[in-house]
Amino acid sequence: MAVITMREALNQAMREEMKRDEGVFLMGEEVAAYQGAYKVSKGLLEEFGDKRVIDSPITELGFAGLGVGAAMVGLRPVIEFMTFNFSILATDQIINSAAKMRYMSGGQFKIPIVFRGPNGSAYQVSSQHSQALESWYANFPGLKVVMPSTPADAKGLLKSAIRDDDPVIFLEQERMYGNKGEVPDGEDFLVPLGVADVKREGKDATIVARSLTVPLALKAAEELEKQGVSVEVVDPRTIRPLDIETIINSVKKTNRVVIAEESHPFCGVAAEISAQIMERAFDYLDAPVKRVSAADAPMPYAKNLERLALPDVERIIKAVREVAYLD
Amino acid sequence: MSELKVTPMKPRPRPDKSSGGASVVEPEDKDQIDPNELREEHEQRLQEQQKHIEEVDRETLLRMLYQMILIRRFEEKAAEAYTLGKIGGFCHLYIGQEAVAVGTLSTLRPDDYALTSYRDHGHALAMGTSPDEVMAELYGKAGGCSSGKGGSMHLFDADKHFLGGHAIVGGQIPLATGVAFATKYRNTDQVTLVYFGEAAVNQGAFHESLNMAQLWKLPCIYICENNQYGMGTSLARAMSQSDVSQKACAYGLASEFVDGMDVLAVRDATLRAVERARKDYLPSLLEIRTYRFMGHSMSDPGHYRTRAEIERYQERDPIKVFGTNLREKGVLDEAGFKEIEERVRGEVERALKFADTSPEPAPEELYTNIYATPIKSEQ
Repeated sequence: MAVITMREALNQAMREEMKRDEGVFLMGEEVAAYQGAYKVSKGLLEEFGDKRVIDSPITELGFAGLGVGAAMVGLRPVIEFMTFNFSILATDQIINSAAKMRYMSGGQFKIPIVFRGPNGSAYQVSSQHSQALESWYANFPGLKVVMPSTPADAKGLLKSAIRDDDPVIFLEQERMYGNKGEVPDGEDFLVPLGVADVKREGKDATIVARSLTVPLALKAAEELEKQGVSVEVVDPRTIRPLDIETIINSVKKTNRVVIAEESHPFCGVAAEISAQIMERAFDYLDAPVKRVSAADAPMPYAKNLERLALPDVERIIKAVREVAYLD
Repeated sequence: MSELKVTPMKPRPRPDKSSGGASVVEPEDKDQIDPNELREEHEQRLQEQQKHIEEVDRETLLRMLYQMILIRRFEEKAAEAYTLGKIGGFCHLYIGQEAVAVGTLSTLRPDDYALTSYRDHGHALAMGTSPDEVMAELYGKAGGCSSGKGGSMHLFDADKHFLGGHAIVGGQIPLATGVAFATKYRNTDQVTLVYFGEAAVNQGAFHESLNMAQLWKLPCIYICENNQYGMGTSLARAMSQSDVSQKACAYGLASEFVDGMDVLAVRDATLRAVERARKDYLPSLLEIRTYRFMGHSMSDPGHYRTRAEIERYQERDPIKVFGTNLREKGVLDEAGFKEIEERVRGEVERALKFADTSPEPAPEELYTNIYATPIKSEQ
C-alpha cells in the first residue's frame, strides 16, 4: 500500500476512471491548463487531451447544466467546482435538473454525474468562501452526497461515484488535500456509497464525524483514552444514502453520542442524525445527544475569530466528557 | 471548421406595417383595428408563404398541416378537460404558436434531440409522442409519457429523443447545450433544438449557454419563441434591448429573425441552422416571433393585452394561413381537409378515452425512480 495525499488519491481516481471509460470527462474552472486550482487534476490534460479535460469559463450555472444534459444522453461528466461556495450559482441545475430528471420523467433517464470540489472552510477566506453545504444537498431526494475523510476513502468513493448512475455531490475539504494516508493498490479498489466506516473502536461514547472532523475526533479519542474514556469514531462517509444502521449499532454499544461537523448547526446533518438516533435508539441513550458544529454565524476573517467559529479537538473532548457525565 | 459571419443571416424587419405582424412589439393601445388594414396584412402574409409552398414536397406539407391541427384540437380538448377538473396544476397552452414547433421539428432526423420549456404539449406531439400518452400525463395517469409523475410541464419521451418539458424559466438551455456537447464528443452529426420564451432570454442560463456553445462550437439551435409576453409582462416592459436575435452578436453566433406565424418560413430558417450545426458544429439563435392566443396558463384572465391585439394575430392564425394557401395552390381540396380534421378528431377522442381509463399510478410509485441505483429510503 502506498502512502499518498488526498489530492493524489483523488487524482488517481479520476485518471483510472477516465482510462476505464471513454465517456468520463472533467470540466471546470482551471482544471486543464492550470492543472486545477488545488492541483487535483494535475497531469490529466496532458494524458487525456482537451476533449476530455476542459477549462470552462466562470459560468457555474452554465457548465453544471451542460454536464446534466450530457449525462442525460449517456456521458459521465465530472464537474469540478473550484469550491462548493460557487456551486450556489449552479443549484438550479443541480437541484431542479439533476436531482429531479429521473423522477419526473418516470424513470426514463439516468443522470450519472459527479459534482466535486472543496467544501467547508479554508484558511482565513471569510464568509463567502468557507461554507459547508452538505445539509443543503443532502436535503434533496435524487442526490447522493459523499464526504471522504482519508485518502483511501477519497479514492475509493470517487471511483464509485463516477461509476454510479445517479448524481453525486462529492465534497472534498481544502484543508485536507495535503493529508497523507495509505491507499490500497490496484485499479479495482472501490469504496461503496452508503457504507459507514468505524474509524476507531471504543465502548464508552460514540463520535459521529465526517470529513474535516474525523481527524479531530480521532485526536480527541486519543486524548480521552489517556483520561480513561474509550471512544468509538464512526464516519458515515456518505451523507445520503446514510448508513444509519452502523451509527445505531455503535449507539447501542456506547449509549452516548457526540456528532461533530464543520457546518452550521441549524437544520444540519447532525440535527438529522440526532433525530434518527432519537427515533430508533432512544431507549439506548444514557445522555442527550450533543452536537459540535461550526458557529451559527457567517465565517469571520480574523484568525482568532475563525478559530472560534470552527469545531476543534478541545470542544469535541468537552462534549464527550459532558455526555459521559464526567464534568 | 468554417467560421460564420457574426451578423444576422437575414435583416430583422423593422416595426412598420409593411413587414407584417411579426414586427409588432408594443401591445395595441386601441381596441379597434381598421378591417381594411387587417385584410391587407393578411393578404401579404398569404402571398409571402405561397412563394415557399412549391419548394416543399407534398407529404411534408400535409404532415405539417396535420400536426398543427392535431396540436390545436388536442389542446382545445385539454382546456375543456382542465375546466372539468380532469387536469390539475398548471396547464400552459400552445395555441397560436403551433407553426414554431411543427416548422422547426419538420427539419429533424429521428436521432436528433429537442428540449423545451413548460409550454411543451405541442413539441411532444410534433416529436411523435403519442397523443394518448400526452393526454394521460396531463391527467396524472400511469399511462402518461412520464408515468404521471411529471404532468403538463414535464413531458418526456426518451425513445423519441424528446428530452422534456422543463419548468424553471431558461433551465433547459444549459441542458440542451450539454446534449449538443455530448453528440459532438461522440463525433456524431446529431443536432439539438432547444426552445424557450423571450422572457428566458433575460436569464443568465441563456447567456452562459450561448457563450459556451459558440466558444466550443456545439451543434445546438437556440429557438426563442417570442410570443411577446412573459406571463403578463410585455417584452417592452421586461427587456432593455428587445431585439432578441441581436443578442447573438454578443457571442458571435449566427442568428435569424423569423415570422412564427408562417410555418414554411420557420422551416426554412431552421433548415439553414440545422445545416450549419450538422456540417460545421455551429450553433445558431433563431428568434421566432409568434403569439399565444390563450392566456399564459389556464388561470390567466389576460387583462394585459387588448382584444384588438389578439384578434389581429388570430387573423394571422398559422393554421388558417397555411390551410388557405394549400387550398389555393391546389395541394389539398375540401375533402382532404375534412379527412385530416376527422383523423385528428378520432385521435384526440381516443387520447381522451385512454387518459380517462388509464389507472392512477400505484401508491408505491411515490418512491420509485428517485435513484437509478435504489437506496434504502426507496426500498
